[in-house]
Amino acid sequence: MNWKRKDLLGLQNLSAEEIKLILDTAVPMKEILGRAIKKVPTLRGRTVVTLFYEPSTRTRTSFELAAKYLSADSVNISTSTSSVVKGETLKDTARTLAAMGADVVILRHPMAGAPNLLARTIRAAVINAGDGAHEHPTQALLDLFTVREKKGGLAGLNVAIIGDILHSRVARSNIWGFTKMGARVRICGPATMIPPEIEATGVQVCTRIEEALDGADVVMMLRIQLERQQRGLFPSIREYARLFGLNRERLALARSGALVMHPGPINRGVEIAPEVADGINSVINEQVTNGVAVRMALLYLLSGGGMPDA
Amino acid sequence: MHKLLIKGGRVIDPQAGEMIPADILIVEGKIAAVGPGLEPGEGAVMDVAGKLVAPGLIDMHVHFREPGFEAKETITSGSRAAARGGFTAVACMPNTNPVADNRAVISYIKARAKEAGLVKVYPIGALTRGSRGEELTEMADLKEAGAVALSDDGRPVASAAVMRRAMQYARMVGLPVISHCEEPTLSAGGVMHEGYMSTVLGLPGIPAAAEEIMVARDIILSEYTGCPLHIAHVSTAGSVRLIREAKARGVPVTAEVTPHHFTLTDRAVADYDTSTKVNPPLRTEEDVAALKEALADGTIDVIATDHAPHTLEEKDVEYQMAPFGLVGLETALGLVWTELVIPGVLSPVEAIRKLTVNPARILGLREGVIKVGADADITIIDPQLTEVVDPAAFASKGRNTPFAGRSLQGLPVATIVRGQVVYNRNLAVIA
Ligand SMILES: [Zn+2]
Ligand SMILES: [Zn+2]
Repeated sequence: MNWKRKDLLGLQNLSAEEIKLILDTAVPMKEILGRAIKKVPTLRGRTVVTLFYEPSTRTRTSFELAAKYLSADSVNISTSTSSVVKGETLKDTARTLAAMGADVVILRHPMAGAPNLLARTIRAAVINAGDGAHEHPTQALLDLFTVREKKGGLAGLNVAIIGDILHSRVARSNIWGFTKMGARVRICGPATMIPPEIEATGVQVCTRIEEALDGADVVMMLRIQLERQQRGLFPSIREYARLFGLNRERLALARSGALVMHPGPINRGVEIAPEVADGINSVINEQVTNGVAVRMALLYLLSGGGMPDA
Repeated sequence: MHKLLIKGGRVIDPQAGEMIPADILIVEGKIAAVGPGLEPGEGAVMDVAGKLVAPGLIDMHVHFREPGFEAKETITSGSRAAARGGFTAVACMPNTNPVADNRAVISYIKARAKEAGLVKVYPIGALTRGSRGEELTEMADLKEAGAVALSDDGRPVASAAVMRRAMQYARMVGLPVISHCEEPTLSAGGVMHEGYMSTVLGLPGIPAAAEEIMVARDIILSEYTGCPLHIAHVSTAGSVRLIREAKARGVPVTAEVTPHHFTLTDRAVADYDTSTKVNPPLRTEEDVAALKEALADGTIDVIATDHAPHTLEEKDVEYQMAPFGLVGLETALGLVWTELVIPGVLSPVEAIRKLTVNPARILGLREGVIKVGADADITIIDPQLTEVVDPAAFASKGRNTPFAGRSLQGLPVATIVRGQVVYNRNLAVIA
C-alpha cells in the first residue's frame, strides 16, 4: 500500500495497514543507522521544521537526526508557552512557516489538538510530536517497532501500561497502536489518574499492578510528574512507588522475557526500580535508537515516498 | 392611521393551545382584531397563505456584549440577528463591561436598544456586584431601571451563603433569579464534557456533576427562600431528574435548554472545532435524549439560545485557548423545527409555547400572546422552507456556529414588532 495522508496527527485514525507500512518502512531506515556513514540523499532539498512549544531535547534531537540522515535541511524553532499566552497565535507562526518554505513541520505543543489546527492551516505535512494529553504517535510507533522487533510480532501479546494514564499522550497513542495491531492492553494507575470511559477504547482497567502484570509480554511504565501530587491527584511519592512502582518481585509476575519499556526520562526509584530499568528485560535504550528509525520512516513517507528500495 | 392585515395564515395561539386559520389586523402597533375574513380597510396586506403566524418569539438568554465588547456584538447587530431569527424580544445577560450591576448600565442598554429600533431588549441585572459573588446588587434600583431578572450568568455564585441571601432579597424585590449552574472547583480548567470523548481527545473535562451539584443546591435554596429560580441552559440528564423532582414537590423552579444542547453531542468536538466549545459543554447522547424527554413532558419550560458571539480571531486558536460560546439567534427556530417539531418531540404549538408565553411568564412580560389590545409582536414561520446554514449571511457579528452547512427546515420569514416589519425574507406587502 502507499501512504496517502498529508499529516500524522495520531494513531487513533490510522488503520492497522498504515501502521504496518510505517513499521515496515522503519526497517530499512534502521539499517541505514547501522552504517558507518549514516546519510542517504533521499530528502535533499526538503525543509523540515521542528516547532516546539514545550522543551523536549530527546524528541527534538531524534527528529533532527532523522532529518539529517535523510539529508533534509532542518530548522528548529523553540517557543515557550508564554508566547502563546501573549497572543502570538499558532496561526501567526503558521504564516512564518509557510514563508520559510517548510515541507514538514514537527509540532510539540502543550495543548491537545494544536497539530490538528496547524494541519488545517498550512500546506506542509504536520507531524504531531506530542500535544497535551492527546497523542504522541511517534513515541507509540517506536514502541510498536521495538516490541515487534523483539517479539517477532504484535498480535496476541499482553501489554501492561502503568502510571498516570489521565495525562499521558504516550498511553493514548500506545493504546490505539497496540489494540489496532491485535495486542491486548491492560492499564493500571491511581484511580484519580484513570480517565473516564477509557474501557471503551478496548483496554482492560486494573486497579492493582499485580493484576496488570500477570502474564504480561510487555510492561510499559509511564513517567509520573511529581507536581501532580501537589494538585491532589495522589497522596505521596512514597505511596505511589509502593502501589505502582515496578520492582524485580513484581516483574516476576510477567512472562519470562517480558520487555520493560519507558518513554523517558525515568524517575528512578519512583515508577521503576533502578535494577529493573537497567536489567536484562529493559529495552529503554533501544527505544531511543528505534525512535530515529521510525521518524526517518515518517519523514520519508510524508515527503511522498512509497516503500523504499531495499 | 397605520394598518396592516396579516392574511391567510394559520395562527398559533399557545395560550389557548391551538392552531387555527385566521387573519390578524394590526392598527397603530396593536392587535385590533383576530379572526377569519378580516378586511384591511385602508391598510396594507401581507399575504401569508401556507405560513404559520406565531406570537413574536422571545429569547430570554442572549449576550449582546455592549457595553464593553462591541467587536463581538453590539445591541444593534444583536437586534438585527434577533429579528432575522424571528425573535421580537430578547433578554440580555449582564456580563458586559462594565457589568450591568447598576442603574446606569441598565438604562444605557435600554437607550441603545431604542436607538436600534428593532426588537425589544430586556436587560437582566447582575445578582452580585461585578458578578464577583460577594455583595448583593441594588436589586430594587435595577428593577426600577428596567431589569426583568437577576443573574450572574457566566460567573456562577460559588458561595451558597451569598446565593441564599441573593435569593431572599430577589424574592422581596420580585425578580426571578436565573442561575448558571456550575460548581467552579469541579469545572476548573475543563473545556468539554468529561467522558469518553475528552479521554480520547486529551482535553480537560467538565463532569456532569459540576452542573448537577449546583442545580441541587439552587433548588434547595429556592425551596428554602421561596424565590423563583430559573435554571439556565440545562445540559445533563441528572439536572433534568433534579428539576423534575423539584417541580413535582412544588418548588418554584423553571428551566431552559438551548438548541445546541438538544441537537449536538460531545462527538462534535472530535476535530477540535472551537465553535463547539460552549459552557455548559455539549454532553452525551443519553443527555440529549433526556433533554428531549424533558421538553416533551414539560420539565423544561423554555428554549433559549445563550447567543454568545465572539470574533473570528478569538475562536481561531487552540481549543483550550478559545472562549466559550456560540451564536444561536439565527439558527434557533430552524433547529427547533428540524430537531423537535418535524420528528414529533414537540407539536408546533408546544414548541411555540416554549419560545413565547413561557419565557414571558417567567420574566413577568406581557408579550408572547396574540390577543386584541396586545402589542403586535408577530413572527411568521414557513414550516416548509429549507435552507443551509451560511454564517456569512448572519446579521450577528458572531460567526461562531457549529451548524454551518447544516440544512434546516422551518424558518422565520417575517418578524413584526409593534406592528413594524423589522425583518422580511420575501413576503410581499401590498399597500
Ligand atoms: Zn451561562
Ligand atoms: Zn449565557
